[in-house]
Amino acid sequence: MSDPVLSVRDLVVEIPTRNAVLRPVDHVSYDIEPGEILGVVGESGAGKSMTGNAVIGLLDRPAAIAGGEIRLKGQRIDNLPYEDMRRLRGKEIGMVFQDPLTSLNPLLQIGDQLTETMLAHLEITETEARTRAIAALDEVGIPAAASRIDSYPHEFSGGMRQRVVIALALCAEPSLIIADEPTTALDVSVQAQIIALLKRLCRERRTAVMLVTHDMGVIAEAADRVAVMYAGRLAELGPVRDVVQSPRHPYTEGLMGSTPLASRGQHRLRQIPGSMPRLGSLPDGCAFHPRCPKAQDRCRANPTPSLDADQGRAACWFPVEQLEDAQ
Amino acid sequence: MANLDTSTDTSPSAKPKEPGAIARFRDSDFYWKFTRSPVAMVSFTVTLILVLSAVFAPLIAPYDPFDPGSLNLMNGFSAPGVPNAFTGDEFFLGTDDQGRDVFSTILYGMRISLFVGFAAVMFALILGVTLGLIAGYIGGWTETIIMRIADIQLTFPSILVAMLIFGVAKGFTPVEYRDQMAIWVLIVAIGLSDWVQFARVVRGATLVERNKEYVQAAKLIGRRSPAIMLRHILPNVLSPVLVIATISLALAIIAEATLSFLGVGAPPTQPSLGTLIRIGQGFLFSGEWWILLFPAATLLTLALAVNLLGDWLRDALNPRLK
Amino acid sequence: MLAYIIRRVAQSILVLLVVGLVAFSMFRFVGDPIDNMLGQERTQADIDRLRTELGLDQPFPVQYFKFLGGAAQGNFGVSYRQGRPVSTIIAERAPATLELAAVSGFLAISIGIALGVFTAIRRDGWVSNVIMTVSLLGVSLPTFLIGILLIYLFSVELDLLPSFGRGEVVDLGWWTTGLLTSSGLKALILPSITLGLYQMTLIMRLVRSEMLEVLRQDYIRFARARGLKERTVNFRHALKNTLVPVITVTGLQLGAIIAFAIITETVFQWPGVGLLFINAIQFVDIPVMAAYLMLISVMFVGINLIVDLLYFWVDPRLRADRGGAH
Repeated sequence: MSDPVLSVRDLVVEIPTRNAVLRPVDHVSYDIEPGEILGVVGESGAGKSMTGNAVIGLLDRPAAIAGGEIRLKGQRIDNLPYEDMRRLRGKEIGMVFQDPLTSLNPLLQIGDQLTETMLAHLEITETEARTRAIAALDEVGIPAAASRIDSYPHEFSGGMRQRVVIALALCAEPSLIIADEPTTALDVSVQAQIIALLKRLCRERRTAVMLVTHDMGVIAEAADRVAVMYAGRLAELGPVRDVVQSPRHPYTEGLMGSTPLASRGQHRLRQIPGSMPRLGSLPDGCAFHPRCPKAQDRCRANPTPSLDADQGRAACWFPVEQLEDAQ
Repeated sequence: MANLDTSTDTSPSAKPKEPGAIARFRDSDFYWKFTRSPVAMVSFTVTLILVLSAVFAPLIAPYDPFDPGSLNLMNGFSAPGVPNAFTGDEFFLGTDDQGRDVFSTILYGMRISLFVGFAAVMFALILGVTLGLIAGYIGGWTETIIMRIADIQLTFPSILVAMLIFGVAKGFTPVEYRDQMAIWVLIVAIGLSDWVQFARVVRGATLVERNKEYVQAAKLIGRRSPAIMLRHILPNVLSPVLVIATISLALAIIAEATLSFLGVGAPPTQPSLGTLIRIGQGFLFSGEWWILLFPAATLLTLALAVNLLGDWLRDALNPRLK
Repeated sequence: MLAYIIRRVAQSILVLLVVGLVAFSMFRFVGDPIDNMLGQERTQADIDRLRTELGLDQPFPVQYFKFLGGAAQGNFGVSYRQGRPVSTIIAERAPATLELAAVSGFLAISIGIALGVFTAIRRDGWVSNVIMTVSLLGVSLPTFLIGILLIYLFSVELDLLPSFGRGEVVDLGWWTTGLLTSSGLKALILPSITLGLYQMTLIMRLVRSEMLEVLRQDYIRFARARGLKERTVNFRHALKNTLVPVITVTGLQLGAIIAFAIITETVFQWPGVGLLFINAIQFVDIPVMAAYLMLISVMFVGINLIVDLLYFWVDPRLRADRGGAH
């Protein structure tokens, strides 16, 4: 196997506050291979977006990387100076945000936003950039791209705007895309189209994708592997089929139980009692234990070992053995 | 129907809880924020000291600058803290050309500045709140006319509006009464130039209340509900009105000083801080800097303190203005 | 879009008619024009003749429209105090005020926007903090005090710059300018700083808060995520979006500068229209007051209209939304 596109090891993000230092991301490790889609799933506040922001180097102060490494195609990027990191953004790492209505500058024509991105990273002339911009719009399925290139963002629908955003993220041919809740703000009918588009384009270019979402349906639809996050830590990491069909971590199991999925023989939806603790008041031991039906003394006393990227699947003292066993 | 009336009348029964009010205040977020902000505490203290010394000016001032009997022209142009060459009298902040004690004239001048400021803001507040209520409650043409006038007036800087009103009012006043009436004309002029903000906030709050169910219900059973609405609206507009009033006070003090400085405000017989600065400007080149500088510094301190206080109130109460 | 423009122009005309009514009422009802224009020795025949001449015997609406008609042609009657046509007096003095206002406005806008952008980009730097603190003082300082302080410092203590008047002016026939002589330029320095300072701090604070707001927007994050240069993000993406809401306030500030010129002109004895107006108030010279009111209203309403139309030019969303059909 070749080098992974993205390799995150023991990543820690900290936010210093007056009383304590919060850890929205706590010893997270994972790899993404070329052409692979890694789904990162969890409740809001679980640290999934923060992980994405850390990778692209856009953490909002005072949040900052406090430990671990991030490697892009083997090269370390978490300690690069601002200007070097800036050159990687867009060129090597593209990003798609949640809300296409606010991601585009309302006062600039979409063509200008595309060409400025290409000109910032590629050695091409403005005319070439414009030709490529039209091709890029065409590729993401904007009809009559050549005539729509001089339109302003407000002249497009939400779904069309997200296509433009994807074109922007891909226009300098990055090797990694971070898609942060790319479908959450869209109509349900458009969501599947956008996911299919993202999937197709990345397969074609062998672009690695980090797909951040809270929607298990999207993960099941698009991802190859899935990383489940809970309270800043990785709870479970594995191939989508395995995680969906036979979750090992009680949290994942709870999550699956509360999601309607066609691929599992669904009985009734269950919910996980309680809610995720706030970062300032994490319990001792495993962060999930107050809500865990299987919690024992060991869970209350000892933090679970953090998951390594290449071994183990669930960060749990008493992982669910098999679907059959659990029932 | 009757029970609606009794509910209006029960409010005085809240009186017995009065002893708890101070404790409640000390317990409030507002008080907590106040003790956490040095800017707020300093500006509040300075404002309080200045207001008190203006109110008690006759007790504090060493001289009565408007009592011709106590004036000695020989004392004219005494420098601050230096005994006068002719009389040997010493004045803490010096004297002006007529031998008036600058410290005393400042205290009396501040009295007039603050009186005009407070009165103008009260006038604007009452006018604005009333018009805002009327506009919001009656609606229709009345509302359109009131708010259109407000819009037009808002297009012009309020100091210009105040000048015009002052000029027109002066034209209506017989010459022999002009000086006497000047202070009142000034209050009306500044007040009239400043009611719009109050009216806008109150109208907004009234519009919200007007569509609530209890008002609709009262209308259905054929009752007009201004009194009931007032009880609901006033608490809602209390903090924005307080904030606007404080900021308006700073603006009114500056407006008064500006008008008086320009010679279209307080007359020399009743000098405000602005008038004193106008007088003092004449001595700028002849070296008697204290006649100008001390009133100017007082005005600056007063305006800055009230301004900072208003700024802080706006942040602390955080009403949704505009 | 055309419908909108027509509506805005109609509104502007309505405002002018209302202001005209105020001005006319002042003219007609404040004091007796006959009293004001004829001296102590007058005969009933004089009074009657003047009454007919001024049209005071006609019905109110007729008088009002005559007044408006005259005003539209620049005829505002004769100054009670100077006995000369108001239009002549104002024409003599307008260049002084307009030059002062133009220089101050330019200073306020250029420096205000530059400092606002600077303090927004370097929001935590100590230079920004110093600028912000000083600007708070600038907002609280009454204009006339700034003027006096500048005179005290630069004219009395340092003796560098003149404290009053326009200096030498060059008469171009239809315009007198102080911009062509060194003494005229020197005389312009202190007044224009005095007049522009308040508006400058206002514009600066507004630009800063708007820009901070814009810098928090998603499209700025996205622009950064696309790897655009910091300079491009700040000036191409953030600044342009900042300036849209700033245009209105800046436009109104330009109007305010002309009005606040009254104060500056008094402090520096600047021979402009503002000083004329203050003297008119002191001596209840109603025709001059009315004329000034009308003139300044035309300017304000005009500026408001231009500002509204500028919006269309700057913000593509409005072009589509309000314009309706393509």
